[in-house]
Amino acid sequence: MLFTSYGFVAFASALLAAYYLVPRRWQWPLLLAASYGFYALADWRYLFFLLVTTVSAYLMAVRLEDIAGEQKRYLQTHPALTREEKRACKAGFKARKWRWLLACLLLNMGILAVTKYTNFVIHNVNALLHGAAHLQTVDILVPMGISFYTFQTMGYVIDVYRGKQAAERNLFRLALFVSFFPQMVQGPISRYGDLSRTLYCGHPFDGKAVTFGLTRVLWGYFKKVVIADRIITGVTSLIQHTDAYTGAYVFVAMLFYAFELYCDFTGGIDITIGLAEAMGIRVAENFHLPYFSKNIKEYWNRWHITMGTWFTDYIFYPVSVCRPMLKLSKWSREHLGQAMGKRVPVYLSCFVVWLTTGVWHGAAWNFIMWGLMNFAVIMASQELEPLYSRFHARFPVRGKAPYEAFQIIRTFLLMSCVRMFDCYRDVPLTFRMVGTMFTRFRFSVFTDGSLLKIGLSGADYAVLLAGFAVVLGVSLFQARYGSVRQALYARPRAVSYGAMALLLVAILIFGAYGVGYDSTQFIYNQF
Amino acid sequence: MKRSALISGAAVALATIACLYLLQRLLVPKYQTGIVEGSMVEEYYRETTDHEVLCIGDCEVYENFSTVTLWEEYGITSYIRGSAQQLAWQSYYLLEDALRYETPKVVVYNVLALKYNEPQSEAYNRMSLDGMRWSSSKVKGILASMTEEEHFIEYVFPLLRYHSRWDGLASDDVEHLFTKDLVTHSGYYMRVDTKAQTGFPPPAPLADYALGENAMSYLQKMTDLCREKGIDLVLIKAPTEYPHWYGQWDEQIASFAEENSLPYINYIPLREEIGLDMRVDTYDGGLHLNTRGAEKMARYFGAYLKENYDLTDYRNEEGYASVWAEKTAFYNQMKQRQYDELEQYGRLVSFGSNAIQ
Repeated sequence: MLFTSYGFVAFASALLAAYYLVPRRWQWPLLLAASYGFYALADWRYLFFLLVTTVSAYLMAVRLEDIAGEQKRYLQTHPALTREEKRACKAGFKARKWRWLLACLLLNMGILAVTKYTNFVIHNVNALLHGAAHLQTVDILVPMGISFYTFQTMGYVIDVYRGKQAAERNLFRLALFVSFFPQMVQGPISRYGDLSRTLYCGHPFDGKAVTFGLTRVLWGYFKKVVIADRIITGVTSLIQHTDAYTGAYVFVAMLFYAFELYCDFTGGIDITIGLAEAMGIRVAENFHLPYFSKNIKEYWNRWHITMGTWFTDYIFYPVSVCRPMLKLSKWSREHLGQAMGKRVPVYLSCFVVWLTTGVWHGAAWNFIMWGLMNFAVIMASQELEPLYSRFHARFPVRGKAPYEAFQIIRTFLLMSCVRMFDCYRDVPLTFRMVGTMFTRFRFSVFTDGSLLKIGLSGADYAVLLAGFAVVLGVSLFQARYGSVRQALYARPRAVSYGAMALLLVAILIFGAYGVGYDSTQFIYNQF
Repeated sequence: MKRSALISGAAVALATIACLYLLQRLLVPKYQTGIVEGSMVEEYYRETTDHEVLCIGDCEVYENFSTVTLWEEYGITSYIRGSAQQLAWQSYYLLEDALRYETPKVVVYNVLALKYNEPQSEAYNRMSLDGMRWSSSKVKGILASMTEEEHFIEYVFPLLRYHSRWDGLASDDVEHLFTKDLVTHSGYYMRVDTKAQTGFPPPAPLADYALGENAMSYLQKMTDLCREKGIDLVLIKAPTEYPHWYGQWDEQIASFAEENSLPYINYIPLREEIGLDMRVDTYDGGLHLNTRGAEKMARYFGAYLKENYDLTDYRNEEGYASVWAEKTAFYNQMKQRQYDELEQYGRLVSFGSNAIQ
């Protein structure tokens, strides 16, 4: 059930009404039933995967906590142990915990790997064998949102392993955390500690929360249905006809895709967070005006935030402090000097993070290359830092508005360019097409009506321009003054309700939905 | 929630609903010029008198029988509840709907659409169903007709279907925001121009000549419904040859008619007897009759109806006569306008596809 389907709107509306009609203690069980229903409607077989992840995470987390409890009790009942004995005891318990954690990770990451990456591996093995043998691809069911819920659940288990999070002893509560339907298919990747604060407690009807939540839902639909689903026609046309659309067209495709992805992904997340907010549940923010970032590092702190922090906490740090990395760090400091020696393990950890980020995004080389390109850009900007410092020492432009605008545009273009791997989905083709931007660029494309032949009419452009203007206006307001909804709410009610009504009318009239339009899946649903 | 917030919320909600209602009225196609077929179904509800003969079916009824000629020649009050590519189940539900308002003596059903066993086209569905008043018949008609891309809610709120027309609005949309002109003559679609029949592609052999079970089940339902209401059902095949009407289909309909004791008349072989000359009696190369042909057809068919059914000649009844006098005047006026245009431009400019804004 797509968020943009009539079915979902009816489902969410009915659920929201029922949520405030049932006794508060039944609110979270209702959400659990709704989440499982939502998932089963997509394909009832998905439930099997969901149950395996839920039950395994539940059992392992409880086991990990039990072992931690055993350790604590053992140490309390054996106060006479020497420091070495205590250390040995702790190591023993830690090893036991590690084995359980590893089992859980292998099982769940194994399911993720098998369902998502088997055919990718087969294709590559076949390519390597050069026809000497041919392995048949397999028809595997890929559960909707498996990357999201697997990562979210494994994050919970790792937190329990680290002692940062108490194990959830109620299987059904954990089941809701794993399956909470608004965020299940495209995130955000929540932490148990954050989400559980508001997920299970009863929520009385709160007009403000409902108004705020629904306004955000409408804002999400506006971005998705009015902008993303309209511009996609042009993007699809431009990236499918690679012979005809080179040079300036690639530049246009790059910009269009940047806006499409932004409106699609943030729109979906707004619907998720808004719907949860209307039910009194706080879901982690996933974006913070990413296209206003002044450098790549900042961009990744503002774009898909929960994924970034997940990879930082559960991949980057463990890899950075693992035994082989510490050894490498020592070796590199001895052999490459302090400055470079310090950077090698950081860069290597960073490489691993971006490689896995690329792999997480999809079973294809273009995603892997996308991840590595991000790594390359971040590393390059890191290594060029001394050069920048010299430049800024000579030209004190830092902090000045024109330079900040330059930084924002530079970062936007750079990230949009890297994203072309995601757009064309073919590594050599992407390099070739991006190359034509520099060799076959024709300015006349922008003036001779060529852009009216890519599936977008003048009316479409008018809607898109107006839509961008609204999104930009809201973003600038947010950057300068904070929450738009709060500002609206501070004014007479008719203003905030009027804004909601206006959004609704704009969506209904200018939305690219219904007969004649393909119902477009959210881009991040596929991960 | 504060009282003021409730009042504000209610006021904004009402204003929004009013705005959406107006937008819906604006954006829904008006079918007043060009493709007028979408107006046909709703025009039925503007009738002020009942009818003794009700024709249902696709373009082979609404373009081939002049209802005014039936009146003028025989005093028969008739209405054609036709629409473009009206599928068998749509015919059934339109009949069921019509029977809420009147009980004619004779129902005439043109059998061509029985060749379709499944929903065909969203656009034609809309033209056949949008104009129906809401009733269980309409709901069932929609459910039976929807293609995969359609959603029931888009029939309930047509704005969801037609919202994208905002960039193609024409003067008709504003002019006919609340009122619409009649485009038919008791369901008859008038065209006086002429384009001679020159020939059709040879009929393609079919893998299976059996008429679909679904379509035939609705023919059975029509038969049962008419029987239940004491109405005589007449099955016909209009005299036009294309789309091809296969002999195997004809046999199946004849057999069905025999089993159900219904008359079935295939007019294709009777064209000479009717007096149809397809060089001058068609406006689109033989697909449909023009007014000249439709009047000939009405004269012939009217004689059959008069001879075989106990139909009243209402020409001397004031209530009917005055209504039909208006209809006749409108008919003659439109006919004259069309002839004038033909004379002036050599073709129709305010009617048919030439009139699409």
